[in-house]
Amino acid sequence: MNQPIEPAAPKRGPRLAVVVGALCFIGFVALLSYGVLQSGRGDREALPSPLIGKPAPQFSLPLLHEPGRNVSAKDLAGAPYVLNVWGSWCPECRVEHPVLTRFALSKRVRVVGYNLKDEPEDALRWLEQFGNPYMLVLADRDGRAAIDWGIYGAPETFLVDARGIVRWKHVGALDDAVIDGQLVPLLRKLEAGR
Amino acid sequence: MNPVRKRRLWMVLALLVAAAAATALVALALQRNVAYLYTPSEVLGGKAGENVSSGQAKFRLGGMVAERSFARAEGSMQASFRVTDGDAELPVVYTGILPDLFRENQAVIATGRMQGGTFVAEQVLAKHDETYVPKEVADKMGLAHQKHGVHTPADTAADAR
Amino acid sequence: MQALPELGQVALVLALLVALLQAALPLAGAQRGNAAWIAVARPAAYVQLLLVAGAFAVLTTAFVAQDFSVRYVAENSNSLLPLVYRYTAVWGAHEGSQLLWALILAGWTAAVARFSRSLPDEVVARVLGVMGLVSIGFLSFLIFTSNPFARLLPAVAEGRDLNPLLQDPGMIAHPPILYLGYVGFVVPFAFAVAALVDGRMDARWLRWTRPWTNIAWGFLTCGIAIGSWWAYYELGWGGWWFWDPVENASFMPWLAGAALLHSQAATEKRGSFRGWTVLLAIAAFSLSLLGTFLVRSGVLTSVHAFAADPARGLFILVFLAIVIGGSLLLYALRAPRFEPGAPFATSSRETLLLANNLLLVCACGMVLLGTLYPLLADALDLGKISVGPPYFGFLFVLLMAPLVLLLPFGPLTKWQRETASRPLAMLAPWLALALVLGAVAYFFAPQGPWKTAAGVAASAWVALGTLRFVWTRVRGSGRAFTAEMLGMVLAHAGIAVFLVGALLVEAQQSQRELAMKPGQTVELGGYAFRFEGVDEARGPNYLSDRGHVQVLRDGEPLVLLHPEKRAYASGGQVMTEAGIHAGPFADVYVALGEPLGAADDPDRAAGAWAVRVHVKPFVRWIWLGAALMALGGFVAATDRRFRRRVAERAGVAGEAA
Repeated sequence: MNQPIEPAAPKRGPRLAVVVGALCFIGFVALLSYGVLQSGRGDREALPSPLIGKPAPQFSLPLLHEPGRNVSAKDLAGAPYVLNVWGSWCPECRVEHPVLTRFALSKRVRVVGYNLKDEPEDALRWLEQFGNPYMLVLADRDGRAAIDWGIYGAPETFLVDARGIVRWKHVGALDDAVIDGQLVPLLRKLEAGR
Repeated sequence: MNPVRKRRLWMVLALLVAAAAATALVALALQRNVAYLYTPSEVLGGKAGENVSSGQAKFRLGGMVAERSFARAEGSMQASFRVTDGDAELPVVYTGILPDLFRENQAVIATGRMQGGTFVAEQVLAKHDETYVPKEVADKMGLAHQKHGVHTPADTAADAR
Repeated sequence: MQALPELGQVALVLALLVALLQAALPLAGAQRGNAAWIAVARPAAYVQLLLVAGAFAVLTTAFVAQDFSVRYVAENSNSLLPLVYRYTAVWGAHEGSQLLWALILAGWTAAVARFSRSLPDEVVARVLGVMGLVSIGFLSFLIFTSNPFARLLPAVAEGRDLNPLLQDPGMIAHPPILYLGYVGFVVPFAFAVAALVDGRMDARWLRWTRPWTNIAWGFLTCGIAIGSWWAYYELGWGGWWFWDPVENASFMPWLAGAALLHSQAATEKRGSFRGWTVLLAIAAFSLSLLGTFLVRSGVLTSVHAFAADPARGLFILVFLAIVIGGSLLLYALRAPRFEPGAPFATSSRETLLLANNLLLVCACGMVLLGTLYPLLADALDLGKISVGPPYFGFLFVLLMAPLVLLLPFGPLTKWQRETASRPLAMLAPWLALALVLGAVAYFFAPQGPWKTAAGVAASAWVALGTLRFVWTRVRGSGRAFTAEMLGMVLAHAGIAVFLVGALLVEAQQSQRELAMKPGQTVELGGYAFRFEGVDEARGPNYLSDRGHVQVLRDGEPLVLLHPEKRAYASGGQVMTEAGIHAGPFADVYVALGEPLGAADDPDRAAGAWAVRVHVKPFVRWIWLGAALMALGGFVAATDRRFRRRVAERAGVAGEAA
């Protein structure tokens, strides 16, 4: 660095600057790392679903595979279930499909599909192609019932307990971290009987 | 003390003074312009502090627009709605044009202060609001829209129009 | 044709391999004096450009042909998308814009390979080697975390999103131009790192870097200006700068770059500020990288932040840490070896440039602090905070005031030693005139007298001071104006114009938001706005409510404006299209709010509407000023001195100013 006409700076100055600089740099990287890891928590910005702790909305929807037969919230009560919102038009659903299938196969809890705003033929074809992990699939063709659930789009996943109370909601594709870190522990807590 | 030494001392002193002044100014500016975000239950439960609940401090209220709570007197610029966080609700009034993406059942952040039991908003930002969307953010919005699929509550409103 | 996207992927992988070669061999070769390895640099750069350009062409083809089997295309395009926008949708989202980044980086690398004949091969090898290292980072990022060519099988029949925001000329031009600037800072950066590795910075070689820095900075200026202009006309709120984290992310490298330009001038001409120049070069590019990181990683909590892929964020962060940490470490180890420049007195151009550097760096630091403060508060559990624009505005004005005051002294002050009274005498009358003009403005201002006075005085001071320099030069020694000087004059004039725009629009603007019924008139700022109702219109992919507002001035009709509220078919997004009448001295701006009648009223469109009207004096001067600054940067880069072949004999001194 340049200084006005005068002797060179003592050796201690630069060394101190280096140490301070290094500390600042490390602090800076640490701060940004914190930010990145935080951002991984899917819906950090999203506010909690107003449904959590409340009974699941009343619905009566036809089954995708049996359009003549309707299923309601009451029919599903008695044991907890996971409600997974998907559509054949949704690329992220394809991403979470293998994860969801693995989880469903473990038979830990019932996995119910909620087919949102989809043409039945497209939905059926999608399931045929990729496999059907769901115990049953509800078909909400026009998306009206979805509004009661506070569903913005897909993929979204809910956990409803045996008494029909919504306990958990996840927005975005599921991955193993979310399942193992959030869903399974919550299931365990529910089963232990809080 | 030799003149060169003296001059150095003055320079160091000047630098220290400047640094102190700078730090003070920055701290002051930050403190005056930092706005905290609280949810309705935090405000009502007192967690947000006396200043906020009494209406002295300006803050940001975050939550979702409660369903069926939006009302606007016909021909009037004043709108009222309720903001909820799942546990508690706060009524909000706002005079002015609401952002394009303002909808019921959508997240919202309103800046303003409490007046009695009502939140008087000076500025309303809807989640995904495009008050400024440069390319990089538009990327993310595109991504977010895909993540959330084609259906947005805006669809419903657009259909209803 | 079917396997074309895979070819794109292959091209990227090959480009990565070439980048590895481009980095490893020349850098090692320069250390060991191995001419064969050094010679790999240039051809590797050209091949890399070919490969990345090829990959980009493949992606473009996929968009134009509407190949929805490519996931990125399916997510960012739609069969309704007009042909023109299919080309530009390529950089409409993360993966594609990253590929654009990589392409522009490859472009700059090849340009350096082509236009560096005047530098010793060893230096070129190091510079290209460092650029190769950066390419490795970006290409790896693309290949491993953001593959634009990932397939979606079976292909969807219809693309996902037809984001109307992206079908706009301003929005389209913004990224490529911004990236040209951002990425361009890699050149001075690479040069600085090369100089550190070499242990010396020959001022003659620095002369070669200067035009590159100027051009990159010019593009960055344009990119930021376009973004600001877009926000103004598209978002319907009439604002042109919000100190939003994303805006700040591009402004910080600009500030560092401006300091760098000036520091390079001093280093090249006088050998001074070598340390500053290297550090600023590192800072400018690091801030570019940081900006890219901040907006893509979801780290910043703004209303616009979304859950982002933490894997991507971490990748960039690690890359960032290596680049910044590595170069700073190198600086700490090697910079002390640089020869100190010629000493200078307290009253000299060097001191003024030092002040310039300090003020710009402080401004940059202040913006960085304000931008990251919410994250810091969150990490320390102090709550969810947002930092309001007044923090930035207040401190920025505080820092820029001394800079504006000192600006005209710079060109008139001699290097090394100057008697302060000389430039003071030259400029004092003009300072007085500027103050008088400010006082006059104070009394004539219809509103906001202080800001108006400040704006007029500041810009008059800068303009007059710059003109005084021009006069001195023209009248004086008879030497012609160099391109470098012309560039400086243009850029400083740009500052004056910008000051008028920025300060006067703040002081003189007026706006009103109100309910209007058809036939009603509102008066504002010397204009009258008559609302004439709204009718429905249909566009190619949207339905719109189209308003008609007659604007009158002094009773005479000026223009009929058509603000719109558009609802787009795909995605259902609602967008405001403001009605703007642009004028050299003021803009008239109208935006439509919502219908205020009952929702089920069939006569809704004939009822009252919420309308917002603005009058914005001198707002166009903001972008005109920025354009002049950018032009100044480009013009300065054309100076013939920079293109003269650098004498290779030791002992040839740098030229005097």
